[in-house]
Amino acid sequence: MKGISKEFSGNKVLNDINFKLYPGEILGLVGENGAGKSTLMKILFGMDEIRDTGGYGGEILIDGKKVEFRSSEDAIKEGIGMVHQEFSLIPDFTVSENILLNREPEKYSVMSELFGRRLNTVDRKEMQRRALLAIERLGVELDANKKISTLPVGYKQFTEIARELSKEDDEKSADAKGIRLLVLDEPTAVLSEHEAIALLKAMKMLSEAGIAIIFISHRLQEIIDVCDSIMVMRDGLIIKHVDKKEADVQKIASWMVGRSVKQERVVRDTSHISDEIALKVSNLRVDMPGEMVKDVSFEVRKGEIFGLGGLAGQGKIGIPNGIMGLYYALGSVVFEGKDVKLNSPSNPLSSGIAFVSEDRRGVGLLLDESLEWNVSFGAMQVNESFLKKVGPIKFRDNEAIRKVTEEYIDLLQIKCTSSKQRARQLSGGNQQKICLAKAFALKPKLLFVSEPTRGIDVGAKALVLEALKKYNEENGTTIVMISSELEELRSICDRIAVVHDGKIAGTLDATRPSEEFGVLMLGEMKEAK
Amino acid sequence: MSKKLDMKNKVSVKELAINNLVPILFICICAVGIPLSGYSGSYLLNEILSRLGRNSFLVLSLLIPVMAGMGLNFGMTLGAMAGQIGLIFVSDWNVVGIPAMVLAAIISTPISILLGWLCGTILNNAKGREMVTSYIIGFFMNGVYQLVVLYFMGSIIPISSSALVLPRGYGIRNTVNLETMRKSLDNLIPVNIFGASVPVATFILVAVFCLVIIWFRKTKLGQDMRAVGQDMEVARQAGIKVEKTRVLSIILSTVFAGFGMIIYLQNIGTLNTYNSHSQIGMFSIAALLVGGASVDKASIKNVFIGIILFHTMFTIAPTVGRNLIGEAQLGEYFRVFVSYGVITLALVLYEIRTRREARKALEEAE
Repeated sequence: MKGISKEFSGNKVLNDINFKLYPGEILGLVGENGAGKSTLMKILFGMDEIRDTGGYGGEILIDGKKVEFRSSEDAIKEGIGMVHQEFSLIPDFTVSENILLNREPEKYSVMSELFGRRLNTVDRKEMQRRALLAIERLGVELDANKKISTLPVGYKQFTEIARELSKEDDEKSADAKGIRLLVLDEPTAVLSEHEAIALLKAMKMLSEAGIAIIFISHRLQEIIDVCDSIMVMRDGLIIKHVDKKEADVQKIASWMVGRSVKQERVVRDTSHISDEIALKVSNLRVDMPGEMVKDVSFEVRKGEIFGLGGLAGQGKIGIPNGIMGLYYALGSVVFEGKDVKLNSPSNPLSSGIAFVSEDRRGVGLLLDESLEWNVSFGAMQVNESFLKKVGPIKFRDNEAIRKVTEEYIDLLQIKCTSSKQRARQLSGGNQQKICLAKAFALKPKLLFVSEPTRGIDVGAKALVLEALKKYNEENGTTIVMISSELEELRSICDRIAVVHDGKIAGTLDATRPSEEFGVLMLGEMKEAK
Repeated sequence: MSKKLDMKNKVSVKELAINNLVPILFICICAVGIPLSGYSGSYLLNEILSRLGRNSFLVLSLLIPVMAGMGLNFGMTLGAMAGQIGLIFVSDWNVVGIPAMVLAAIISTPISILLGWLCGTILNNAKGREMVTSYIIGFFMNGVYQLVVLYFMGSIIPISSSALVLPRGYGIRNTVNLETMRKSLDNLIPVNIFGASVPVATFILVAVFCLVIIWFRKTKLGQDMRAVGQDMEVARQAGIKVEKTRVLSIILSTVFAGFGMIIYLQNIGTLNTYNSHSQIGMFSIAALLVGGASVDKASIKNVFIGIILFHTMFTIAPTVGRNLIGEAQLGEYFRVFVSYGVITLALVLYEIRTRREARKALEEAE
């Protein structure tokens, strides 16, 4: 394979993209959401969507030959494999069944003469053999007989990649040249750090075997660790295409957003933080599967931004979910001197605690309703705001709702067509901002924010964090922020507690060096200062 | 699915009980009811064996759509209609015994295929609501069936036997006597144990069908159906023709239901032209659910446990009613009440379980 070059013209989404890829090269592709990464990959993979919307300009060259993909199958034949962001795995099938889904080796059966090829029986032994072959090439340990639904996310990802690899051995594509280019679209987004490391290792192995990889990720450090060259896209253009030696996190980030991202900490004005304890949590236990909280105690001062950090699955997400009554919890939570009743979602809400859930699409939003509704329904329910009373009947005050929604759209720079747009149509980052607006509309005294920046791009991240900080400073609202990204916590929090194994491993000032936090995350108990 | 979860949660007794609530309930009903009915063991055995032979094929025909994720196929009523039409023809042609059954099966097959294709195609436009849609299609096709049997047969479609046609010259009578083929399959190989006659030939046929289903699961088509049943989108991405696979599953189920209906009616010996098919779907589905099946999971084991439990209840209900309250009618009422009740309960339990599992899956994804 000599290289792929591609040109576009007259297309607003992608403009004159040219790049080359060598065998075994790992190309990191970064860019904000909507920069055109996914569109580019869809073209490369010959997806129907592209053709349906009028095709593309420019050309794709493989080994110097122009190719025209009429469908994804054509792309597969040329040795291009793609692993999508969302898993396309069947939960109750085993790993090997999934790897060879719809490409099962068959054994001849008499009935097929009568009723066609689909009545051949599936050759399980051969299936097993080929699945194992693919897993071996990936260099990971994966039990081919395990059901997908019992596996951790990381292994699901491996299964997907193994599927792409196994396509090489297909008899059907005997004329094809085997897999040569693998596109991985944000494969690490849902992985824990440990799993991600294993994946990156597997990627390196594949690249040594001569397979080129296009790696799309929002985690810049990973990109730098694993890629040979890095391509940054913005607004449908390639902004930079550099060797990894020339790049570091800051540079990439600033190329992505087109403005320099401040990494140094702004010294926070802490005058509004009083010594008064706003929230006191003692011996909290929460039964949230995958995020068990075993025994957590901490205190949050009024007006403070308090961070809860730690690795995925250690229990940090369980804390707000437990306090808010979404999962079964035991222990005592005292807010402003009053006991908060656990396991009753309405009680914490009415005492002035709001929660921005990490599951914004599931818990946070009414996806098919307007932004106005999304911003206001919580406040209507809890505070009875935005309501007009006419006799005994309460009516919605649409005017007030519209006004407040537009206010937040302005404040949080939410990109939308109008306040009547449906929440589903917004991008992830803007949906997150709506969740924040909804929480702000409650006028809470204490705000839990869980993973506010998960799955959104760098630019939106900065805005969300900025909004939180501003809200805290202007209204004196106490904020407890939960995040897996330590740097993010350090950039806005006053103090950070690190959760490990369902317990608080330690609480540190955010100004302390990150190594100290790292030690805590790995479970070294250390008394808070 | 539930089984796997159980294993993970170290099989709590409560979980196990909830997952098998319906069969457990029925075992209790039967355990209390059998002594109350006062039936002798050999009578009960005879009844159960006869009903097992009669119903197994019908209930087994439900397994294939469940595998393809289309839920419990109330559309099997269509197959039953096709089977009945076949039987009407062979009665008219004076074919008797086993050849009559085979011929009826041959006639029913193309009709079943057509109806199954129709039903499957409609269901493809109602994904996720297959059960209720197929239920309504059953009602709709009942009208078409009545039109054909009541008006076309004897007028457009030649039916000569005066024993079949209504005195007015067209339309089929309310009951069609199948005495000539009654139990011809059941008694093909006569065996008696404990004074109960065993329909050996029918059982052999059922066993063959079970083997076919087991084999079918191993075929490429079976594998595709399982994939489609679990996640249509993923299957589609992998290049499986989802719609076609789903239609095929319904066609197969309908054809087998037609055969099942013929076996069922040869045991009964009379065909209730306008009623026989109408409740067969509901009773078959109820039996399958009683056996511990759910909307997305049903096995051969569920079929047999279900038939035994459900039909034990069926057999004893009228006498228990009479012995307890002095009214057989009450038992009759109880039968119908329980059938619908079981379906409702099973569906509600299924909903609860799916929601719980969806939540678990979500949490695990964290």
